[in-house]
Amino acid sequence: MSDQDLTRLTIAEARNGLKAKEFSARELVEAYLAAIEAGNAALNAYVATTPERALEMAAESDKRLAGKGRGKVRPLEGIPLGVKDLFATRGVHTQAASHILDGFKPTYESTVTAKLWADGAVMLGKLNMDEFAMGSSNENSYYGPVVNPWRATATVQKGKKSKEGKKSNEGKNGGTASAPLVPGGSSGGSAAAVAARLAAGTIGTDTGGSIRQPAAFTGTVGLKPTYGRCSRWGIVAFASSLDQAGPFARTVRDAAILLRSMAGHDAKDSTSADRPVPDYEKALEKGVKGLKVGVPREYRVDGMSDEIAALWEKGIAWLEAAGAEVRELSLPHTKYALPAYYIVAPAEASSNLARYDGVRYGLRVEADDIISMYEETRAAGFGAEVKRRVLIGTYVLSAGYYDAYYLQAQKVRTLIRRDFEKAFKQVDVLLTPTTPSPAFAIGAKVDDPLEMYLSDILTVPVNMAGVAGISVPAGLSGEGTPLGLQLIAAPFAEETLFRAAQVIEDAAGLFSPPDDWWLKAEGSAKRARQGSSRQPASSRSTSSKAKSPRARKGAKQTAGAKRTKTKKTR
Amino acid sequence: MKIDESTVRHIARLARIRISDDEAKALESELGAILSWVEQLGEVDTRDVPPMTRVVEMTLKERPDVVDDGGCPDDIVANAPAREDHFFVVPKVVE
Repeated sequence: MSDQDLTRLTIAEARNGLKAKEFSARELVEAYLAAIEAGNAALNAYVATTPERALEMAAESDKRLAGKGRGKVRPLEGIPLGVKDLFATRGVHTQAASHILDGFKPTYESTVTAKLWADGAVMLGKLNMDEFAMGSSNENSYYGPVVNPWRATATVQKGKKSKEGKKSNEGKNGGTASAPLVPGGSSGGSAAAVAARLAAGTIGTDTGGSIRQPAAFTGTVGLKPTYGRCSRWGIVAFASSLDQAGPFARTVRDAAILLRSMAGHDAKDSTSADRPVPDYEKALEKGVKGLKVGVPREYRVDGMSDEIAALWEKGIAWLEAAGAEVRELSLPHTKYALPAYYIVAPAEASSNLARYDGVRYGLRVEADDIISMYEETRAAGFGAEVKRRVLIGTYVLSAGYYDAYYLQAQKVRTLIRRDFEKAFKQVDVLLTPTTPSPAFAIGAKVDDPLEMYLSDILTVPVNMAGVAGISVPAGLSGEGTPLGLQLIAAPFAEETLFRAAQVIEDAAGLFSPPDDWWLKAEGSAKRARQGSSRQPASSRSTSSKAKSPRARKGAKQTAGAKRTKTKKTR
Repeated sequence: MKIDESTVRHIARLARIRISDDEAKALESELGAILSWVEQLGEVDTRDVPPMTRVVEMTLKERPDVVDDGGCPDDIVANAPAREDHFFVVPKVVE
C-alpha cells in the first residue's frame, strides 16, 4: 500500500489491517510522518513533531502485533495520533501555543495521553491551537494561524461512492486560490490534522465549543464528552468547570474507539467520574429506532444561514427515516448561555492563569522588583485575547462587582442546566446545527472580539450545563465547505450520541477536502525538511516548530528581543 | 457599562499585566463592549435560584490521608527560568 493509501484508512480500518499484517505499524507511522513533512508547512497544524518517539512506539507495536515478547495487542495498537499543545506530554513541547510557556517541557504526562499510549497509540506530535484555548479561529496562536485544508469553491461535486460503499463528498478539484479559511478553534490544529490526513485521529479540548466548532469547519467528527468523563489532570487549565478533553476523527466509529481509551476515573482529578466506561463501538449498530429526538427552537438564532437551517431539516428527516421520533421543544435560557459563559470562563481563566508569573516555568522578563517582573513577563508572554479575558475575569471577580456579574452568571447557569434536565425528561437526544455559519476567511473577524465570540453560540450551552455533545459532518455549504450538525445528550449518555451520529453519517456520507493541495503546496516539503534533520526527539521537537508566514511578525520580534534578555537570568 | 481608562489601569494592575497607553485606550472600548453585552443577564429573574457550584452531581471521593507523591525537587525546578540548587530565584523582595 502506498503512503497515500495508508493515511486514507480510518482508525478502524488501520486496526484491522495491522492485525491482518497487511502493513506494519512502522509503515503506517512513516506514511503519516511523510504526510506531515509534505503538508504541515502549508497548514501549520503541528507546532512540534516527535518522529523518533513515534518510530519507537511503532516498533513496540510491531513487536506485539507479531506476537513476540509477552505484551498483548492493545486497543489502539500502532494508531498514529496528534495531541493538542494543551496536554502535558513528558519531555515534549507543551506550551498551550503561548509565548509565556516558552521552552516548557513537562516532567509528567497528562492522564488522557498516558491512557492513549498505554493502549498502544503512537504520538506524532503536538498540535497548534488558540493560545490557552481562547479563540474560535486558531488565529490567537503564538505560532500563527492554522489554515483549513478546505477551500471555498464555486461548484460542488457530491455523492461519489467510495470503496467502502459510503457516499464520499469532495469539494471541486483544485480548490482554487480564494482567501484561506480558518479551521475553527481553539483546537484548530487537531481538526485540520485529521481532515488533511496528517494524523489518524487527534485529541483536543472543548471549553465552549473548541472541539465541535472546528470539527464542523473541517468536515470531521468532534466529541465533547460529559464533564467528568475524561480526566483533566495534566491539561493546561483554562476554565476548570467547563474544560473537557475529547477526540477528533474522520468517522463516528473512530471517535467511539478513541473515547473508550481516553475516558475513565482518575484519582488525580476529583471531578472525574467513577463509573464504568462502556464499549462505545457496540452502540453504533443500535440505530435510533424509537429514540426521541428534540429540536430546540431557541437554536434558530438570528444570522443563521439558510443553508444551515436547511441542513438541520435534512438531519431531522434522516433521523425520522431511521425510526426516531422527532419533536420540537424549548430551552428557554439559551440566549443567556453565551453572555454567562463570558463571565464564568474569563473569571476562572484569570484565576488559573495567575500561575504564569515568570518564576517556575516559561518566559521571564527581568525587572528590578518582583511585581514589575510579573507585570513585564505577563505583558510580553500573553497575547491580546488572553489579556482581554484575564482582565474581564479580574474585573468581574473584583470587589463590588462579584455579585452583579459572577454570582448572577452562576445562577443563570443553574437555569441553563435545568432547561437541559427538563428536556432530557422528554427526549433522549437533541439535534441542532453546530455553528451558525461555515468556516470564514482568516482575518475576517479578528478586529471584533464580540463577533468572534458569537461563533460559539450553539455550542457554549452544552459546556455550561456539563452535558455531552458531538459534531458530525452533514453537508457542504454553497461554497463547498463543510457544515456540521450537533447532537446533545444527557450526562454520560455518550452511547446515545454515537447511535444518532452514526445514522447521520450513514445518510450524509464522509467528507474529505479536495485535491490534497497542501501536500503539493510549493516549497512546503522543502521547508518542512529543513526543520527535520536527524536529531534526537527532544531537540527535534522544538526545531521543527512550524512557523506560518502569517505569524504576527511584530509580536515575535519584540518577543525575540525579550527572550534574549530572559536567557541572561542566571 | 462604561469603563474608563483609570479602571482599565486598575484591573491591569490587579491582574499583574503591564499595559501600554495604546493598549489601555483599546481595552477601554473592548472591555466596555463586552461588559455591556453581558449585562443582559440582569434581565433574568434569579430570585430563589441557587448559583451552580458543581457541574455534574457526584459525591467527592475520599482517599487515605497519606503522602503518595513528592521527593522530586529536580523535576519541580527543571523548567525554572532562574534557579539555584532546588530554589527558584526571584528579584529581592525584602530589604
